Amino acid sequence: MAKHHITATVNGDPVEFLCEPQETLLDALRDQLNLTGTKEGCSTGDCGACSVTVDDRLVCSCLMLGVEADGKSIHTIEGMAQGDELHPLQQKFLEHAALQCGICTPGFLVAAKALLDKKPDPSETEVRYWLAGNLCRCTGYDKIVRAVLDAAAELRGA
Amino acid sequence: MQEKVKDGQSSEFQVVGTRPLRPDGADKVTGRAKFGADFSLPGQLVGKVLRSPYPHARIKSIDASAALKLPGVKAVVCRDDFVEQSSEFIPAGEMMINYRDVVRNVMAREKVLYEGHPVAAVAATTAALAKEALRLIKVEYQVLPHVIDVVEAMRPDAPLLHEDMFTAGVEPAPKTPSNVAKRLEIGHGDIAAGFKQAELVIEREFTTKPVHQGYIEPHACVASVSEDGQADVWVSTQGHWVVRAHCARLLGWDIGKVRVTAAEIGGGFGGKTVVYLEPIALALSKKARRPVKMVMTREEVFKASGPTSGAHVRVKIGAKKDGRIVAAEAELKYQAGAFAGSPVQPGAMCAYAPYDIENVKVIGYDVVTNRPKVAAYRAPGGPISEFGVESVLDEIAAKLGIDPIELRLKNAAKQGTKAAYGPKFGPIGMVETLEAAKAHAHWRTPLGKHQGRGVASGFWFNIGGETSVSLSLNEDGTLSLTAGTPDIGGLRASLCMMAAEELGVPLDKIRVQIGDTGQLGYNFLTGGSRSTFSSGMATVEAARDVMKEACKRAAKLWELPDDAVEYNNGGVRPAGPNAGKHAPMTLKEIAGIAGKTGGPIVGYARINAAGAAPSLATHIADVEVDPETGKVSVIRYTAIQDAGRAIHPSYVEGQYQGGVAQGIGWALNEEYIYGDDGKLQNPGFLDYRVPVASDLPMIDTVIIEVPNPRHPYGVRGVGETPIVPPMAAIANAVANATGVRFTDLPMSPPRVLKALDEARAKGSAKL
Repeated sequence: MAKHHITATVNGDPVEFLCEPQETLLDALRDQLNLTGTKEGCSTGDCGACSVTVDDRLVCSCLMLGVEADGKSIHTIEGMAQGDELHPLQQKFLEHAALQCGICTPGFLVAAKALLDKKPDPSETEVRYWLAGNLCRCTGYDKIVRAVLDAAAELRGA
Repeated sequence: MQEKVKDGQSSEFQVVGTRPLRPDGADKVTGRAKFGADFSLPGQLVGKVLRSPYPHARIKSIDASAALKLPGVKAVVCRDDFVEQSSEFIPAGEMMINYRDVVRNVMAREKVLYEGHPVAAVAATTAALAKEALRLIKVEYQVLPHVIDVVEAMRPDAPLLHEDMFTAGVEPAPKTPSNVAKRLEIGHGDIAAGFKQAELVIEREFTTKPVHQGYIEPHACVASVSEDGQADVWVSTQGHWVVRAHCARLLGWDIGKVRVTAAEIGGGFGGKTVVYLEPIALALSKKARRPVKMVMTREEVFKASGPTSGAHVRVKIGAKKDGRIVAAEAELKYQAGAFAGSPVQPGAMCAYAPYDIENVKVIGYDVVTNRPKVAAYRAPGGPISEFGVESVLDEIAAKLGIDPIELRLKNAAKQGTKAAYGPKFGPIGMVETLEAAKAHAHWRTPLGKHQGRGVASGFWFNIGGETSVSLSLNEDGTLSLTAGTPDIGGLRASLCMMAAEELGVPLDKIRVQIGDTGQLGYNFLTGGSRSTFSSGMATVEAARDVMKEACKRAAKLWELPDDAVEYNNGGVRPAGPNAGKHAPMTLKEIAGIAGKTGGPIVGYARINAAGAAPSLATHIADVEVDPETGKVSVIRYTAIQDAGRAIHPSYVEGQYQGGVAQGIGWALNEEYIYGDDGKLQNPGFLDYRVPVASDLPMIDTVIIEVPNPRHPYGVRGVGETPIVPPMAAIANAVANATGVRFTDLPMSPPRVLKALDEARAKGSAKL
């Protein structure tokens, strides 16, 4: 089957890639663009490890086709830090020890950023429900929720 | 190596007990860290596994000729590509393995024994071609009757998985084969006499379902075998030396020809202590002479890896009116899955371990069923037996009108107690965790409507084992630490901290890595809560090796005897009568003279870490039960556990919280659901429901520190104990809220609602 030529923006950079019509955006990011920070945990949209934003909307990249990314602006974990500066969410995840194995961390960070971009002052319950699509098997979520609330406070103060 | 543990206070340390950022942290929050599926090699092929659609069938023939003709298909392997193994059980940490079974689990030989059992594998240039090739492999099966349930599998007329399985541990030896691989018995005292003294006896039966470790990262590896037989594997594993040994054995290769590198690992919980894909990827790569990458789908993870045993448990406990337990008995029937080797032995040993009981008897059965072979899962076996025991203790406390914490205090094991499984305990923290629970505000906070509170304790042994670590003093005085136990949840932080504490150097002057199998001596895997204990012990020894060598080098320079120089605060100085004769030298200055005083300075430790000590915990759970839907919500949770000493308290808390979350899933939602056809009906995260953020409250933790006298910093393992108490703590809380005792897990809404309706009809429900 002929591959499709896709032009998109990833983390602000223009990219082009060839992708099979059935290839997911997740596979395109990982296999064509070598952006392996976005993880595959289930490929059925249940774990959130593959979370990215497409035109500022939070999606599971395993549930979207690569060809659908044509003309879109995609943000992945690789674009979150600015130069030497970690994003406050990244910094707070480290300070709160909000990761153990770290496989779910990119998805949580992308999802949490999408929340804070929309709602700078979420309650604990709102954080928990927003992140309910991201599975973590290591932490019990306690330190993740604390890190997100702390990052939200810092971002509001900044 | 025990001089640092005398004082129970952490304040004597500069680094140990603080909360620095982890050394692998930046890579993990930026997506830079390379996990199992993130590694690729030029020219790599995609490997896929053909799996059995049947729970039990004889393989009559396998024909891969059509698959091999498909352009782009480079290799096919099946049972003939792995070396037949004789039956031999060898210890594998907390579990025993038998290579005859390992080779059959990796690739079916005579029979397939569960849905998802590998039958063949292909390597092709693309994933699509590999999948197409799987469809072209013709396997002729003779379908056989199957058995899924443990009690049914024990019946004499049950379908037999292994025609040559005769129950071990029974005298006289049985003459007919069965699905019961082993019977075991542990205990002491006179159980009948004990029950005679009892003024209250409670006996209950419990069932638990198989639950999966549920690591978010599926199994993944890349294997590359060169023309001269040298092989490399990059893999997500809890133990790359173990992967090396298993692969070499199954393929008939020299261990020295195989090098294994541990990728970052995306969760294991015991499930990544065994091999599944690695020998297959190597066999495919050898045939294709190209690197082969294999990644499991989530469905494959559920159907063909893990889980832990489902079980049937009977618990009988007799007590005096004052709450003293005089006799305790249990019978455990654990599913092993398709091959012998459930964690029934540790389950039996754990059952009554937190208590000092004169008469104890635990009988265990290891039973095969047509399910995936169980793998270790966090405190393997313990949560199942202790769920039953801790539930019955709660009933005893209620019947006798004794506070459940007081009941446990009355019977708590202490230093010197003879454990039901044999040895006498050294210092342990059971009493301390109970006292802390009693003193905790949580225990006294009033409950609301439809709410209940439960308490339960838990025990896990922890292990040590073979461990190697090296520590190089670099030319500029910085240090490179290489350990060999994969870091699943902060190990590198802990090792770095112990090295910095020992050496008196700033944390950021030490870079720590997990070395490959060519860089260090043997390392047993990360499991049994051993890595901070064992690699920590080895790190301290390697650091002391560097310190000693630094003194030697300065002595050489100063022309003093070796023992006339002492290590002090990140440097060396003349000691004793020579004190002050030379200006102290820093490690950086020592590094500068290393070349001319004898060459590179490298500390090395190769040990079999002994002295691992148990960790005990007491948990308090509050639940709210919805009377209309039967949904149980955990609304408050406190986990109190003895860490020995918390090197990095945040990651110790994280272990407590993570274990509790897994325990809550086990208690309330998680279960393998099979149809009558013997097929798994919920092999995905949508239907196998692990707890999500909105299901859980904050999980409070209390770290108790009763130092382990046999570790240089007092460390006990902490990772496994926290999954032990939650099931009983929650069941006890549900009983407190509803008046209904739940003995079957999970306490999912339909099951709770049904029991509530029945109790309401009888008038025995509290809501």
